[in-house]
Amino acid sequence: MSETNHSMALGHAANMEPSPYAIPSRKLAMWLFILSDACTFGAILFAYGYLRTASADWPTPFKFYPSILNVIIMTFVLITSSLTMLGAVAASKAGDKSKTMRWMGITMVLGALFAMLHIREWASMIGEGVRLFQNPWGSPLFGASFFGITGLHLLHVISGVIAIGVVARKFSNGSLSAGHVESTALYWHFVDLVWMFVVPLVYLMSIARP
Amino acid sequence: MENSQNIYKGIGRYIPVYLILLALSGLQIFLAYSKLDRNRLLAAFLAVAIFSAALAVMYFMHMIDERRSFFWSLIPATIFVLLMMNMIWSDSFRLLHMRPF
Repeated sequence: MSETNHSMALGHAANMEPSPYAIPSRKLAMWLFILSDACTFGAILFAYGYLRTASADWPTPFKFYPSILNVIIMTFVLITSSLTMLGAVAASKAGDKSKTMRWMGITMVLGALFAMLHIREWASMIGEGVRLFQNPWGSPLFGASFFGITGLHLLHVISGVIAIGVVARKFSNGSLSAGHVESTALYWHFVDLVWMFVVPLVYLMSIARP
Repeated sequence: MENSQNIYKGIGRYIPVYLILLALSGLQIFLAYSKLDRNRLLAAFLAVAIFSAALAVMYFMHMIDERRSFFWSLIPATIFVLLMMNMIWSDSFRLLHMRPF
């Protein structure tokens, strides 16, 4: 049998080189997306840092109640949702569809709860007079950086909740595999990871001291 | 891939990491209300956040179970890009004060 005929007999896979990292392409693609997204968040957090350093009158408006308490609850919810997503990955790898759906459902509920708490925090800030380019306390760029950074993160959370819902539905009817659940989980953990930097840099560096 | 059997044993393996991440978040709140000066506080926050992120990447995102070549191809390059980004931002301040026009 010629090489061409042999390849045709084996299908297209016979012509492909093995993955250099022994992982599926979708997982590698998700990692590359995550790293590029990390650079996006890195850029805006560095920009925020320099902006803040350059402004002598940067506001420190976050009181323990309601803002910091809200952030504590949000952090707990998001880290817990990462754990439940790990449960979904484990269940999907074990081939247990009902458990996978349950874990993904819990993750979606926690993600939605996080988004609601986030919006409540925004409403509270807007109620205190914070706008994109003005606020009652000091540097007018505070609002733009606060809403910009937390808004980009919120957008990722909402996108993640929608993505988990779509993947869960397609996994349940058999059109997506456990590998897809795992790739979605990678994204969700990344959203959690970004929050670990947003909380101290945006909120905790700006707490109101008595 | 070759480690799949090791990776997926349920969530029990991740509970200690989960608890450590919660504890580190609590530590950040504690630090925020400590009497550290602003520079030390920022350094402490970044150290805790980087450690938390490393735990999340290695255990929650299973990097620890992947081939080492995967880690060495992706993570140092990303850290390098982030550090270089920091250089560029500080350069923008230099330009403000040393602009030739």
